[in-house]
Amino acid sequence: MAAIDGAESDGDLLVVEGLEKHFPVTRGIVFQKQVASVKAVDGVTFTVKEGETLGVVGESGCGKSTMARCIMRLLDPTGGRVLFQGRDITKLSRAQMRPIRREMMMIFQDPYASLNARKRVGFIVAEALQVHKLGTDKEIKRRVQELLEVVGLNPEHYNRFPHEFSGGQRQRIGVARALAVNPKLIVCDEPVSALDVSVQAQILNLLSDLQSEFGLTYVFIAHDLNVVRHISDRVMVMYLGKVAESASRDQLYRAPKHPYTGALLSAVPIPNPELGRQRKHIVLEGDVPNPINPPSACNFHPRCLRFREGHCDVEDPQPPRSFGNGQFAACHYPLEFWPMSEEEMRGSGQPAAERAAAVDTETVAR
Amino acid sequence: MALLDVKDLRTHFRTDDGIVKAVDGVSFSVEKGKTLGIVGESGCGKSVTCLTIMGLNNKRNTITSGEALFNGEDLLTASSSRLREIRGDDIAMIFQDPMTSLNPVHTVGRQVVEAIRLHRDVTKRQAKARALELLKAVGIPRADRRIDDYPHQFSGGMRQRAMIAMALVNDPDLLIADEPTTALDVTTQAQILALMNRLQEEFGSAIIMITHDLGVVAEVAHDVVVMYAANIVEKGTADQIFTRPHHPYAWGLLGSLPRLDISTDRLVQIPGQPPSLLNPPRGCRFNPRCPYVMDVCRTQFPELQPVSDDPGHVQRCFLDEETKDREATKLLAGTMAEAS
Repeated sequence: MAAIDGAESDGDLLVVEGLEKHFPVTRGIVFQKQVASVKAVDGVTFTVKEGETLGVVGESGCGKSTMARCIMRLLDPTGGRVLFQGRDITKLSRAQMRPIRREMMMIFQDPYASLNARKRVGFIVAEALQVHKLGTDKEIKRRVQELLEVVGLNPEHYNRFPHEFSGGQRQRIGVARALAVNPKLIVCDEPVSALDVSVQAQILNLLSDLQSEFGLTYVFIAHDLNVVRHISDRVMVMYLGKVAESASRDQLYRAPKHPYTGALLSAVPIPNPELGRQRKHIVLEGDVPNPINPPSACNFHPRCLRFREGHCDVEDPQPPRSFGNGQFAACHYPLEFWPMSEEEMRGSGQPAAERAAAVDTETVAR
Repeated sequence: MALLDVKDLRTHFRTDDGIVKAVDGVSFSVEKGKTLGIVGESGCGKSVTCLTIMGLNNKRNTITSGEALFNGEDLLTASSSRLREIRGDDIAMIFQDPMTSLNPVHTVGRQVVEAIRLHRDVTKRQAKARALELLKAVGIPRADRRIDDYPHQFSGGMRQRAMIAMALVNDPDLLIADEPTTALDVTTQAQILALMNRLQEEFGSAIIMITHDLGVVAEVAHDVVVMYAANIVEKGTADQIFTRPHHPYAWGLLGSLPRLDISTDRLVQIPGQPPSLLNPPRGCRFNPRCPYVMDVCRTQFPELQPVSDDPGHVQRCFLDEETKDREATKLLAGTMAEAS
């Protein structure tokens, strides 16, 4: 499975193999019987090389955040392995995890909810340093002030509370906190989705500056394909807990193979009215299906334009197959041309809308 | 005559700290069957402009002046009973967050029926038939059964569709959409935008689209207004704003946007924060953040100036046109190359 990004394993900081996280759905109060499971993450495999940025995109509910939490061991995966610097961390005890937690940090989506409103900024940033006992109080204070300066805040703001800062500044505090212990890997879970465009640009620039300065490795989760394209070296597209496609940034945006990637790309609005008029949209019908009862075989088939009956709903295209140049896609009928021609877009067989409606009936009947 | 003509609209709020000038001299007009996009960062006054037009501000602490002529009738001086007749009938609004703007304890169908029966003298059965027709029109699957569902049984995209159905149920002449797709995924966003375009063609409504997403504006709007700190800084057709932007703030917004059609190593940053509207900067309100700032910007407040040989395009900046054209071309160099 590790062969997904080529055979070599040198310089792989993070290797994730067949990662699974199934949440049980129980019924009953006393005897909580498991009646089903939500397959939030279902067999995700990828590697991240040192110093590179892996972008992860997908719609809400596709398991991006659950995957991030499993990598960080904030959640215990139900299957698969996570190798950090060659060491499997999925089975380590809390005490064994502690030194490793220094190496991997996280930046959260909501800059309002992720900072403790009752603590001063100095304390929030210093907490990790104190937990890991990295220096005396005086050294820690100096380090925190240095960090605030690195992320573009005034070191004199050391004693302020989070509510005294704007959204962008709070996200900078979040970045400073993640940097405090000199981590190797930072998992960014939608770090800019809550911010205005101009502030978003400031944070994205800050993240890329810090990467070149400290040689950081990022796993960057976002639903905005523009942002992911801007910051990533490689991009992975997730759908319903599985990897639909992964490729280098340029390859993925220039020649997507999976119809879902194509649909996502064509749905992104482009701030250029002229180009916008020329562009043809693939409008996906319906919503992401319920992960308790995902569609059979290829989980994208009810919404797919290139669906062929008797193949896509019977045979699972997982694991993704290679298209060369490090591009992998889980699809029986990958896109051949990009942008798609009219003919290809019309697809085949039953219109997607009808199939989406049929699936909808199933979920409700349940 | 324009459907809606807003002239020198000012909305000031009295607060404990002083008077906040949330909207300060905004003029624009919306033609029948067209879409106007209003863009700007949070707190620039775009939502307040629309709430004022709809008469939805708290009267006790609001000072409003100017005119908002809707079919020749001034909405700002209209009585509250007259406004209640207009709202939901001639002018309808779609709000950003569909979960908080639908009532969780009533079924979706009942809420749509209520919107009809407030304005039309019809039986419950007729109203329900009309509600069903609209829910079908906005693409809710198996609408005949889902009409009796509660909002929590709908997904985010479906709730937003239900909101749109409710807004369209009385064939409004003007639809005000306040960030209608901000809370949605790209694929759902594309569905909703396509739906709004289709409905506009079918019903011929005019739309005011408030958003901070320049991509969405480029996709749907015919005319664009760029707002900064309670003022309009640039106004023109979508093509004018996106291919020949003339205000440094518009450059900042366009440059800070990572986009699929241009590759950049580094995004343009607008330094600093939007100013406080309690106490806006002297002179041009953008001057503390503007990289092209000159002495005149700090002392004099610029008026909206027409852009030469670009009819209908106005902007609020002292910089000479030669520099502007050069900077705009530089900014959009990538797009031009790829578009041609």
